[in-house]
Amino acid sequence: MRGLTEVLEAARAEGRAALVGYLPAGYPSVTGAVDAMLAMVRGGVDVVEVGLPYSDPLMDGPTIQRAVEVALEHGTTTDDVFTTVRDVAGSGAPTLVMSYWNPVERYGVRRFSEALVAAGGAGVITPDLTPDEAGTAPSDWLGATDATGLDRVFLVAPSSTEDRLRFTAEHCRGFVYAASTMGVTGTRSAVGDSAETLVRRVRAVTDKPVCVGLGVSDGNQAAQVASFADGVIVGSAFVRALLDATSPEAGVRAVEQLAGELADGVRRGRS
Amino acid sequence: MSAPVRRSPDSGGHFGPYGGRFVPEALMAALDELAAAYEKARLDDAFQTELTGLLTTYAGRPSPITDARRFAEHAGGARVLLKREDLNHTGSHKINNVLGQALLARDMGKTRVIAETGAGQHGVATATAAALLGLECVVYMGEEDTRRQALNVARMRLLGAEVVPVDAGSRTLKDAINEAMRDWVTSVERTHYILGTVTGPHPFPDMVRDFQRIIGDEARQQVLDLTGRLPDAVVACVGGGSNAMGIFTAFLDDTDVRLFGFEAGGEGVDSGRHAARMSGGSPGVLHGTRTYVLQDEMGQTLPSHSVSAGLDYPGVGPQHAWLHDTGRATYAPITDTEAMDAFALLCRTEGIIPAIESAHALSGAAKVGLDLGPDAIVLVNLSGRGDKDVDTAAKWFAVISDEDIVESAVAVVEESPQDASGQGW
Repeated sequence: MRGLTEVLEAARAEGRAALVGYLPAGYPSVTGAVDAMLAMVRGGVDVVEVGLPYSDPLMDGPTIQRAVEVALEHGTTTDDVFTTVRDVAGSGAPTLVMSYWNPVERYGVRRFSEALVAAGGAGVITPDLTPDEAGTAPSDWLGATDATGLDRVFLVAPSSTEDRLRFTAEHCRGFVYAASTMGVTGTRSAVGDSAETLVRRVRAVTDKPVCVGLGVSDGNQAAQVASFADGVIVGSAFVRALLDATSPEAGVRAVEQLAGELADGVRRGRS
Repeated sequence: MSAPVRRSPDSGGHFGPYGGRFVPEALMAALDELAAAYEKARLDDAFQTELTGLLTTYAGRPSPITDARRFAEHAGGARVLLKREDLNHTGSHKINNVLGQALLARDMGKTRVIAETGAGQHGVATATAAALLGLECVVYMGEEDTRRQALNVARMRLLGAEVVPVDAGSRTLKDAINEAMRDWVTSVERTHYILGTVTGPHPFPDMVRDFQRIIGDEARQQVLDLTGRLPDAVVACVGGGSNAMGIFTAFLDDTDVRLFGFEAGGEGVDSGRHAARMSGGSPGVLHGTRTYVLQDEMGQTLPSHSVSAGLDYPGVGPQHAWLHDTGRATYAPITDTEAMDAFALLCRTEGIIPAIESAHALSGAAKVGLDLGPDAIVLVNLSGRGDKDVDTAAKWFAVISDEDIVESAVAVVEESPQDASGQGW
């Protein structure tokens, strides 16, 4: 299985951006989510982000909130997330977990890292843990990820100062997650200029790959973002495809189709 | 005695292992800006003079202390002194913090303020300060709470605020905070989030405590003037914990003064329906800070329960977590029934209708008084008045029928303040 860095480099060598697809574990069911994630990979997603359902997702808009609430009502557990990672990583696509911090700490920071490695996971994206807290006990996320070799992805935002961009990028491994706009997750009709500006500012302080998330929902937007970023991250649009589907099978087909459209988009970006 | 207690957090906002900043990067710049603006305001004479002026001429400070002699007969004969935050403008201690933060918002050039509210007290206070300073105001309130506290929804709307019912999650205070955070991430350039209690990411726990410490600063001197000595115990209810930190802070170095925080025990800690974070929760991260949290084995936040909307919250301010661990303060649960009994007792013995939140402190004070005996002086923070709770209490004690209450609440919410001929209010 190729690692995250190799996959991002391979995409770069092809002259295109990588496509990163997000879905939460446990929606519409644990196995249903795995089916949808594998469909994303068949459709052309290069990297999978498995969301760990959390009761208080304050970076997420209504679409992801709704799916996550259902996943929790069904009793999805952290161990289910690891099972999901194992099944998805088996496809060969590098698989990351996206998790708010409390469930990681509650599971045990070191134990969580080791379980994720054992499941074949590549790393973790932490939307509410910045490197500031990641270096302090009892979090010590930096120590746990160094010990296990997991990639750790922190976010930068349009409001980040130069100092913070540098500081955050320094602590990222795998890629730097650039949140395209000030806001929560959700589809938007247009990707603003702020994403491109932010990517340029990040590139001024680091050579690490920069992937852009928040608000990309179709092939044209993917193409637009792919023209300046190393990766395009799509979440809410995939979740929306599942929420709108009349059956789990229809949801899986819709996800695969959307992945195909987005995969075309990231290949058009630099042509 | 206990370990030394750090009163101000370190530069990262930590109290021991608690506190800190667990927020999306998008908010870090705003929190840094806020911390810097607050640090400047703290040392700025003009700011402090303006705030003191408002607290005096607008909010009605200083609030008095009242010797609750008839209530004291039910507290082991100890001398019970009530710090009367219920007499403040808008009816609770919340105005102290809100005036400070609203002035800061204005000084930072923000034109819009947002707030979360549970019982509605903080929302009303924020709507009030926003009206006073000409700021746009949006208040997030759990849908469940908008029903429980319909009168306060009406008050906020009368004051010109937009009230947004939040129908996500458990539809209570915790979800209102999530929604306020989401708004703030999106609007931070022109918006200040007036967080209502001593929790959330740094610098909120530090700043809100400082704006509330006037309660204890006044009360400590008032007790000395009245009795010639310090109290033996200081008692407060603890939801997020701002009124408690407000009255505790002045006494932190008085190691002979015992500090008691009473949490919502709901239907009993064993029932699982409570908001007793210290006895029924565990350390975790919620709403940007590390503290005691009601959570399950996976780290999912558990729903809290209390008859009092203002205490119905699964987290608690990080400094309380630290005071608990170090033993400087003692925390214990008070059940719904105990709180309502104390509510009734204060009504009947002193002619004061307390907020149900504050009734938890009163119930705790009676226990502390019984424990310490007739020579003791017990200072209680009466953090708010009970006007907003009349519906709940009337139902609890069955002094009025359900239909009467529903009709009157609906009438208040739906009627415009004045009728066609200019009559009304």
